[in-house]
Amino acid sequence: MHAFARLLDQLAFTPARNAKLILLRDYLAGAPDPERGWALASLTGALRFETAKAGFIRKAAEARLDPQLFALSYDFVGDLAETVALIWPASPDTGSEPELPEVVEMLRNASRRQVQQLLEGWLDAIADATGRWALLKLLTGGLRVGVSARLAKQALALLGGVKIHDIEDVWHSQEPPYADLFAWLEGRSGRPSALTPGRFRPVMLAQAIDGQPDPPTGDFARYDAADYAAEWKWDGIRVQAVSEKGVRRLYSRTGEDVAPAFPDVVAALDFDGVLDGELLIFRDGHARPFGDLQQRLNRKTADAKLMAQYPAGIRAYDLLVERGQDIRHLPFRDRRERLVSFVTSLRNPRIDLSPLQPFADWAMLAQLRGRPPDGDPQVAEGLMLKRWDSPYEAGRPRGPWFKWKRDPHLVDAVLMYAQRGHGKRSGFYSDYTFGVWRRDANGDLMLTPVGKAYFGFTDEELKRLDKFVRDNTVERFGPVRAVRADRDFGLVLEVAFEGLQRSSRHKSGIAMRFPRINRIRWDKPAREADELGGLERMLDATDRRSG
Amino acid sequence: MPSFDSLLRRTAEGLYCPAGDFHVDPVRPVARAVITHGHADHARSGHGSVLATAPTLAIMQARYGESFAGVTEAVSYGQAVSRNGVRVTLAPAGHVLGSAQVVLSWNGMTIVVSGDYKRRRDPTCPPFVPVPCDVFVTEATFGLPVFRFPDAADETARLLKSVGQFPGRTHLVGVYALGKAQRLIRLLRQAGYGDTLYMHGAIAAMNAVYQAQGVPLGPLAPATESGGDRLPGRIVLAPPSAIADKWARRFADPLPAFASGWMQVRARARQRQVELPLVLSDHADWNELTDTLTELKPQEVWITHGDEDGLLRWATLNGLAARALEISGYGDEDD
Repeated sequence: MHAFARLLDQLAFTPARNAKLILLRDYLAGAPDPERGWALASLTGALRFETAKAGFIRKAAEARLDPQLFALSYDFVGDLAETVALIWPASPDTGSEPELPEVVEMLRNASRRQVQQLLEGWLDAIADATGRWALLKLLTGGLRVGVSARLAKQALALLGGVKIHDIEDVWHSQEPPYADLFAWLEGRSGRPSALTPGRFRPVMLAQAIDGQPDPPTGDFARYDAADYAAEWKWDGIRVQAVSEKGVRRLYSRTGEDVAPAFPDVVAALDFDGVLDGELLIFRDGHARPFGDLQQRLNRKTADAKLMAQYPAGIRAYDLLVERGQDIRHLPFRDRRERLVSFVTSLRNPRIDLSPLQPFADWAMLAQLRGRPPDGDPQVAEGLMLKRWDSPYEAGRPRGPWFKWKRDPHLVDAVLMYAQRGHGKRSGFYSDYTFGVWRRDANGDLMLTPVGKAYFGFTDEELKRLDKFVRDNTVERFGPVRAVRADRDFGLVLEVAFEGLQRSSRHKSGIAMRFPRINRIRWDKPAREADELGGLERMLDATDRRSG
Repeated sequence: MPSFDSLLRRTAEGLYCPAGDFHVDPVRPVARAVITHGHADHARSGHGSVLATAPTLAIMQARYGESFAGVTEAVSYGQAVSRNGVRVTLAPAGHVLGSAQVVLSWNGMTIVVSGDYKRRRDPTCPPFVPVPCDVFVTEATFGLPVFRFPDAADETARLLKSVGQFPGRTHLVGVYALGKAQRLIRLLRQAGYGDTLYMHGAIAAMNAVYQAQGVPLGPLAPATESGGDRLPGRIVLAPPSAIADKWARRFADPLPAFASGWMQVRARARQRQVELPLVLSDHADWNELTDTLTELKPQEVWITHGDEDGLLRWATLNGLAARALEISGYGDEDD
C-alpha cells in the first residue's frame, strides 16, 4: 500500500501533466504485479466497490475517538477522510500492513458489515497517515488526483516505449490487474491480442487548418480543394458506437465507455459494425446545442425523464467495421459510400448521416463557413475536411483530415481576480477571472464574473499582466488576488470563446466554453466593456436558431 | 506556601516573575528579560538586560545588530543564577540552536517555562531535557491529534527522491530561516547528499551564525549569484514567502516544496500551491506534547499559545489541571 499511497499523495499535489506522467511511469516501473495493475485500475476508474460508503468512515471514527477532540480536528482539517486518516490511533503491532491486491480482493468479496470491520482493521495496521488516507480514498472511489484514463495510458506508453494508439488498441481486451499488458510493455511477452468483440478502435483526429482560403495561403495553397470532401463539425462529443457479437459499447474518443449514461443510444445500436460519429441531443430530427448534451454528460446513469427531455442520438461520420469486416484501410470515398447505405438501411431516427457539403473551391467553402445555412449547421462548430483517398488511421496525421472551426465569439470583459500559476508560471499571476457589467437591484452597473482564462498571451504580456495585478491588488485570498475593477478603472481583456451555456452553478447564469485571452485592451476604459445582456441575447439567439 | 502566581504570572508584556522581577520572552521591551530562543516572536530587541544562552544571544545579535539590548548575560545549560532569591537555570528545549527551557525555583516550588520545544532528535541542537516541576508551561502550536509527524528522515528521503525524478526542475524548499533551514541542511547531509545547497540571502545570514557556533553545513552557495544558471536539479532553500513569488521565477520550472508541521494538512499545502509538502517541524507534535505531560505529571499545566482547546480537552480526559494563558504575539514567525 505504501508506494501506491505515496503516488496518490504526489499526484494530488502535482498540477502539471508532464510531471504526473513521470510520477505514474516511475511508479508503474517500480511496483510489482499485481499491485500496479490494481493501482492502474483504480486510477482509470475501472475499480468500484459497491459496498464501501463514506458513512463507514464516520462510524469508525465515532467508535474510536473522543467526540470533542474529533470535532476540533475535523473543524481544523475540513475533510472527513483526511481527518480520520490523520487522527486514527494506529497500532501497527495488531497486524501487518495490508498490500493493495489484498485490499482489493477482500473488498470485492465483502458484505457491508464485513467492510466496516475490514476498514477498522486496516486503519489499525497502517502506520502512516498517507497510507490511511489512500486506503480511504480507494474505498470510497473518489481518488480525485487529476489522472484521466488517457493520462494513465500515456504513462503506460511511456513505460513501454510504444505509441498511445498501441495501448488503446489492446486496452479494451485487457482486464485488471493487466498482467499481460505489463508483460508486453516490459518485453517479456508478445503483444496481447486485441481481437475482442466490442473493443475500442483508436480514433482518427483532425489537425487545425492553417492559412487563408482566398487568396489561398498555407494549407489552402498546399492542398487541392478537389481532393477533399467537406462536412459540418457537429458540436457534441465524438463517439465510437460498437455493436459486435451482441457486445454494445459507446466509447468517447479517448476510449472511455459512456454507454451507462446513454441507454437510449445503446438500445439503438441495432447493427453489426463500428460507427464513428457525433453524440448529440436531437429534437424533432434537429441537433441541439452542446449545452443540451451537457445535461447528460458526466452522469453514471440516466432516468426516463431526463432521456425524454434530452433524447440523444448519433450523427454518423464514418464506418470502420461493417458486419465483421474491418474497412479502415479503404479510402474515405469507399467508406462513405458504405456508410450511406449502412445508415440508410438502419431506418433508426436516433442514427442519421452527417451530410457532405459540395463545394467548388476554397473560397466557396469559406463563404459556407462564414454564413452557415439555417437549421442544424447554425449550431455546428465549423467544417471538417477529409481527403477522399484517406484511410482511417489512428492519431492526428497532418494532411488527410482538417478541422476548420468557426471564428470564435469575442467579448470585452474586465479583469477581476488573478491566481498564481504553476511550474514555469510559478510566481506569476497567470489565471484570470474576468467579468462583464450587469445592472444590480439598485440599477447600478456592477461586474459579474463570467469566466476564467489562463492562456492566449505571450510571455511578455504575462509579465505585464502580472505587474498590473500586483500594482492594483485590492484584496488577497490565499493564492488569489482581487484587482481593482470599477467603472473608472480596470483592465479590459478581449476574450475569445467557442460558445455559451446556461449554468445554474455560475452567478452570472452563463458558462463559457473554451475561453482564452484574445487581446489585452490596455487602451480601453473599463466602463466600455460589454454587458451581460449581450451574452444573454447571444444565448437566446442560439436557442431560437436551432430550435 | 505562596501561590504559583507569586513566581510566575501573565502580564500585558508576557510572562512575568514577580519574585525575581523579570520577564520571560516578553513581547514588548522590558527592563529585564530571560529569552528562551532566538525566533523573533520570543526574542525581541530593546530590553534593558537579556539573559539567554550564548547561541541565542548570537542569533539576536545577527538579527538586530550589536545594540539589541542594554546588557547581556550568557549562561550555559544547567548553570544557576539568582534573581532576588529566585533560582534561574536553563535546560535544553531541543527546538533550535540555543533554545532553552527556563527553570524557576523559589520557596520550594518549581515552574518550568518550556518556550517552544520538541522531543525528536535534531542534529543542530542538544535534545530536550525533562525537568520535574510543579507547573509546566507549554506551547501547543500543534495541539490537535491530527498532528503526529512522520520521521524526519522519511521526509528528507521524499525530497531527494523527487530531485531524482525531476532532474530538470529546481526544488525550491520553503523553510524558516532560523532552525528549520539548518536542520534540513543537516538532515540532507546525514542522508548522504553532498552537493552544494543554494540559499536565499535571508537564510545565508542565519547559516553563518550556526556555522560560527560549530554546526557543520557542508557546501553552500547563494542562490541568486549563480551566473545565469537556473539551477535545474538543485535544491534551493528560501523563506516560505519567496517560493511561490517573483523571486522563484529565476529558476528552472521550479517545484515548490515547504518544510513545516502545517504541511500535515492537505488544505494548507494547497493554499500555498505547494507541490511537495514536507512534514518537518521544530515543534512538539501531539504525541510529544501529551507524552511530555504524562512524563512530567505537573500539578498544573499552563498553555502559552497554539491550539489550546485540543490540549485542554486531553488534560481533562487525563485528569490534569490545565489552563490557557492566551498570550498573544507568539507563533507569528514560525507558523
